[in-house]
Amino acid sequence: MSLVALIAWTHVSSRLRQTLVGVLGVATGVGFSVMMAALMEGSQRDFITQLVDSLPHISVTDDRRAPPMQPAAIAYEAAEIRGQTSPATRPGIKNPYAIMAGLEGWVPGAVAPSVQAKAVIRFSGRDTAASVVGIDARREQNVSKLATQIRGGNLDNLYKASNAIVLGDGLAKKMGARPGNSVTVTAGNGRAISATVVALFHSGVSQIDDTQSYTLIKTAQILAGQTGLVNEIRVKIRDATQSRDIAARIEAETGYKSMSWQEAHQDLLSAFEIRNFIMYTVVEAILLVASFGTYNIISTITHEKTRDIAIMKSLGLRASTVRRIFVLESVLIGMAGMLIGWVLGYLLSIGMGLIEIKSPFMDSTHLPIYFSPMHYGLAGVVALIASVIAGFFPARKAASVQPVDIIRGAS
Amino acid sequence: MSDAPLLDVQNVTRVIGDEVKTTLVAGVDLAVAPGEFVAITGPSGSGKSSLLYLLGLLDVPTTGEVHVLGRPTSKLAEDARADLRLATLGFVFQFHFLLPEFTALENVLLPMRAARKLSEAQMKARGRELLASLGLADHAHKTPDKLSGGQRQRVAIARALANDPSVILADEPTGNLDTASSDQVLGILRDLVATKAADGRGRAVVVVTHDLDLAARADRRVHIVDGRIATDVRTKG
Repeated sequence: MSLVALIAWTHVSSRLRQTLVGVLGVATGVGFSVMMAALMEGSQRDFITQLVDSLPHISVTDDRRAPPMQPAAIAYEAAEIRGQTSPATRPGIKNPYAIMAGLEGWVPGAVAPSVQAKAVIRFSGRDTAASVVGIDARREQNVSKLATQIRGGNLDNLYKASNAIVLGDGLAKKMGARPGNSVTVTAGNGRAISATVVALFHSGVSQIDDTQSYTLIKTAQILAGQTGLVNEIRVKIRDATQSRDIAARIEAETGYKSMSWQEAHQDLLSAFEIRNFIMYTVVEAILLVASFGTYNIISTITHEKTRDIAIMKSLGLRASTVRRIFVLESVLIGMAGMLIGWVLGYLLSIGMGLIEIKSPFMDSTHLPIYFSPMHYGLAGVVALIASVIAGFFPARKAASVQPVDIIRGAS
Repeated sequence: MSDAPLLDVQNVTRVIGDEVKTTLVAGVDLAVAPGEFVAITGPSGSGKSSLLYLLGLLDVPTTGEVHVLGRPTSKLAEDARADLRLATLGFVFQFHFLLPEFTALENVLLPMRAARKLSEAQMKARGRELLASLGLADHAHKTPDKLSGGQRQRVAIARALANDPSVILADEPTGNLDTASSDQVLGILRDLVATKAADGRGRAVVVVTHDLDLAARADRRVHIVDGRIATDVRTKG
């Protein structure tokens, strides 16, 4: 063992109580930092996963980012055209199956059409406002989790009755309807159909379960009065992170507005960035506070050891050697704190993951925890840097001791 | 053997204080040759220890020059002075100043570890040999609190000899010891001048003391009064 390591180790090991306090300070800082990071990133990832899984990765709609050029503007090179009447166009994506066939040729994932309509569903003389989504039941299972959320039947039941409907379980409960019952669905435009409830679904999100229903696409088209058109083509990508690029290409190829989940939730993702910045600031603050303990201990040791420092320097040890001794002591405390903190952080994370959260808006769930080596590495590196800084200042003071001043005083 | 002085102090003055100045050492000239056992005596506050600290490069003269093995030192950087101290000078203080957490052997190994000239095994062998030569073979693994005052001072002498220095500087080495231990320590220091340092030169011992018996057994007695050499008497040689 080198001289520096030997003296540093002797100092910290011969003051076990002080050292232990310092180590526990750093360990607590690292442990809680790791736990907090695991919890924060866990909740963030869980939220994004739910967001990504519950919605299509890309939504192609009949909207356009900029209004199309008017025929008059295309025909005439005029500075301004006034008093023109724009041609009326039916809302919806035209030739949806041709577009989908084109997309299926290159998009790494699945596509499915949908038609949305607002409606009032009547059962037993009671009207309940609901949203009706027309889907292609076979394609739908490739782009959403609806098939796995069906209760009391399956999604293919939509094909087993004319005008079949699948209700959210919350909606069915409000209406008192059950599979096999017949309901009347009236769209906003006055069109009404009689539909048979063939199954219920439960997504776990009460806002959806209480208001949404599914029919076959043709049924929704009749209700919305837009035969042959769809409102939306939903795309599920195998690697959700590529959604932004693929959405841009779809938009370029089809001309329809194509929005990735990242674009749709840009505000949320930005909020996560701010949240992460706050989290890492708090984590670093915790470790900074822990480093004050280390500073205190190293200061105490250097104060107690002033005479020994003077002796070592009088024997011929350089100031830099003395400085290294005390910085190393600080690093030893930091490293021990880091290692114990990692274990503590891991155990705390597991403990937090066992806590069950019950919400009136969601199914009961456990706190989402994300274990990442980066959390441990970051907390460890910050703890070590803080320890080095905490040790550096007292070490510098120790190294500046003039042996003759101490020896003269001691004599 | 070269008779060139191991230590050569030329017109050295040391003044401390900014507003109120105190002269510790004033215009001292002193050369210490190999094989000399020099006792520096004088009343309390006369500047004996201050002169010793200047000789040991623990302090820097305000004016004048201290040569160690012919090398001027007043302009040396702190690290260079530390290196020179480590290689050529050995210190023994009135209070043993051993590191309390370390055993006797580890205290002796300290300067050797700092010099990094020997392997671990060689250092330990030399440390044990030094302790044995001072009658401490059975105490190598004891910490200072388990040793008597005389034993601690002998460990301090062994530590001073660890790097085989040319000059041993001792500040009241018997000041805290009983008569028997004082005699033993004095005998050891006295015998050292007959040995050679690592570089083949003769070795010198400079002792600051109030002990008249110790001073009487020195080859040379330098008496300091008010920071100046009052008398410089060679009793032998």
